[in-house]
Amino acid sequence: MRFLFKTDYEDDIRLFPHSGHFVSYGILLAFLVVAPFVLSSYLVSQLVFVCIYATVGVGLMILSGFTGQASLGHAAFLAIGAYTAGYLQQYDVPFLVYFLAAGLLTGTIGALVGFPALRLQGIYLVIATISFAFIVEEVLARWESVTHGNEGMRVKTLSMFGFTVPRDGPTFYFLCLGVLILAIIGTLNLLRSPTGRAFLAIRDSETAARSMGVNVSLYKVKSFAISAAITGFAGVLFAHKLSFISPEMFTLLLSIEFIIVILIGGTFSLHGAVLGAIFLVMIDPFLTYLKDDLPGIIAGVAAAFGAGSATVAKIQSNVAAVASANGLKGAIYGVIIVLFVLFEPLGLYGRWLKIKLFFQLFPLYKRATFKRQKIYVKSERNR
Amino acid sequence: MLDFVQQLVSGIALGCVYGLIALGFVLVYKATEVVNFAQGDLMMLGGFFAFTFIGILGLNYWLGFAAAVIAMAGFGMLAERAVVRPILGYPQFSIIMATIGLGYFLRSIVGMIWGTDDFKIETPFSDGVLRIGALVLAHDKLSVIAATIILCALLYLFFNRTTLGTAMRASSENMLAAYYMGIPVKRVVSIVWAISAAVATAAGVLLAPITFIHSNVGLVLGLKAFPAAVLGGFGSIPGAVVGGVLIGVIESMAGFYLPQGWKDVAPYIVLLVVLLLKPEGLFGVHMRKKV
Repeated sequence: MRFLFKTDYEDDIRLFPHSGHFVSYGILLAFLVVAPFVLSSYLVSQLVFVCIYATVGVGLMILSGFTGQASLGHAAFLAIGAYTAGYLQQYDVPFLVYFLAAGLLTGTIGALVGFPALRLQGIYLVIATISFAFIVEEVLARWESVTHGNEGMRVKTLSMFGFTVPRDGPTFYFLCLGVLILAIIGTLNLLRSPTGRAFLAIRDSETAARSMGVNVSLYKVKSFAISAAITGFAGVLFAHKLSFISPEMFTLLLSIEFIIVILIGGTFSLHGAVLGAIFLVMIDPFLTYLKDDLPGIIAGVAAAFGAGSATVAKIQSNVAAVASANGLKGAIYGVIIVLFVLFEPLGLYGRWLKIKLFFQLFPLYKRATFKRQKIYVKSERNR
Repeated sequence: MLDFVQQLVSGIALGCVYGLIALGFVLVYKATEVVNFAQGDLMMLGGFFAFTFIGILGLNYWLGFAAAVIAMAGFGMLAERAVVRPILGYPQFSIIMATIGLGYFLRSIVGMIWGTDDFKIETPFSDGVLRIGALVLAHDKLSVIAATIILCALLYLFFNRTTLGTAMRASSENMLAAYYMGIPVKRVVSIVWAISAAVATAAGVLLAPITFIHSNVGLVLGLKAFPAAVLGGFGSIPGAVVGGVLIGVIESMAGFYLPQGWKDVAPYIVLLVVLLLKPEGLFGVHMRKKV
């Protein structure tokens, strides 16, 4: 096991705590750079979605994971970003300008949402953000001179510095990857600054943070603004990737998907946002695989156990019927969420940490290390 | 003027529907401090149970109604045992997520079993109308209003007058202390889930003639009932109904007097304004944290 010997403050806030990280992240980066030239175009397209969802996840993580303010309205911020891009593009505004404008606009709106949210806690905050998202959705559907209403809006191919960047090509993938990496590094830097520490203090105890001199209102508004701005950047890429946006894409279900991203990844670390995004986006190819191959595999297993050919055919058709049922995706989502909340509350990244610790401590690993404390005295009502 | 009264009454009827679903939210919250996002979907499932008993098996309406309520009470207990009990005591947000997951699951399972069409239950209230002067009131809407008033009164008395109700309020305040006082907290929680699923079923069956039943009805109405519960101050039974009626009336007035599009947004705008001015809702009690 490696012990980090920290001798000064600089050691403590280093982005890469030890040299091993350079190797592992370097390998990851190399893989990501090679990926678009090796993988099939479908998988690359999924990787682009992973980048976009992970960027939103990073934004949401700042707000929900690090500042402790739940939000079920992030689809609205994504929508504002996407529509800003679509609208400004009509007037031949260059990409970099409308990209930054989208972030600025969503950040401002995020701050405006943050002000009323200052007085709200827990469930009231959740419902307030849901209301905000509904209002945005309705505005998008009704403000036809800008958004074309329910007909939706076409987004032209991205062009940057005179080059066009098709949405299926590797350049677009690199753009999304670059935005994600910038978002992650920016957030990591934020977290080791006084602002980030104030966020964490507010999450852990608002009263304690206030008594230590943290201006809770200011930092909550900041957190809302930063989180919204990052989501807005992701929205621009989202609009370009889909090349068509309409209000019904940005419903509550999308907000719930974003929450699923950080919940499944693990709500305490940025790794979680990325892992969760990979999980959520890759569930679709997995289901397709399930639909196509699973019946045959199960029938094969049944045949190996000596079932008659009539029974095998029956099993195969039954499994095929279940696997191609319409609502299967929803059911699997539901089961996954419940299972993660019940059995893996720290998410995928938490599982990774547990496995790592198990090998580091090999015979001495204790399961209780990661056990959560149950609190039966309800404190959330008396905040 | 007549238009106004007509809109008011239909708003109240719609609001009572929201109130009925909101009652379920409030019940669970009152007893366990859990916010059940799957409440609307429990209502939808109750509606489908009733549809199966009445429409497919051909039972008498009242018999089918009772059978659906009993079956759903059992299902509520099951859901509590499987999903909620293991995470009681964890942060509120994990429980919200778990119930969102439960809702997803119920919606798609129902869609797989019964299909995604609209279904209708034949009820004794389906067609008649009541005329008072020039005012026309449909029986199905009146039945919702009556049922809401009865259920609300019963639940209010239950929580404030019976031992079990007091036990529920105690375990909501502080589960550990309630347990020390000899209250079987686990059983109390599972009873409360049974009651709330039963109330949801009643709402679903009464709604059937008005909105029909389909697999997404729970999501749509649940999202309207949720602001109702918040508006009334989560945790207050009369508050839920008042909040529901407010949302219903606002919605139907906005639909009648304001341009198109305001109907769906108006309740949320009012909700945001109320939350800004009075963050704990209209009937909520503000509490201070002891450090």
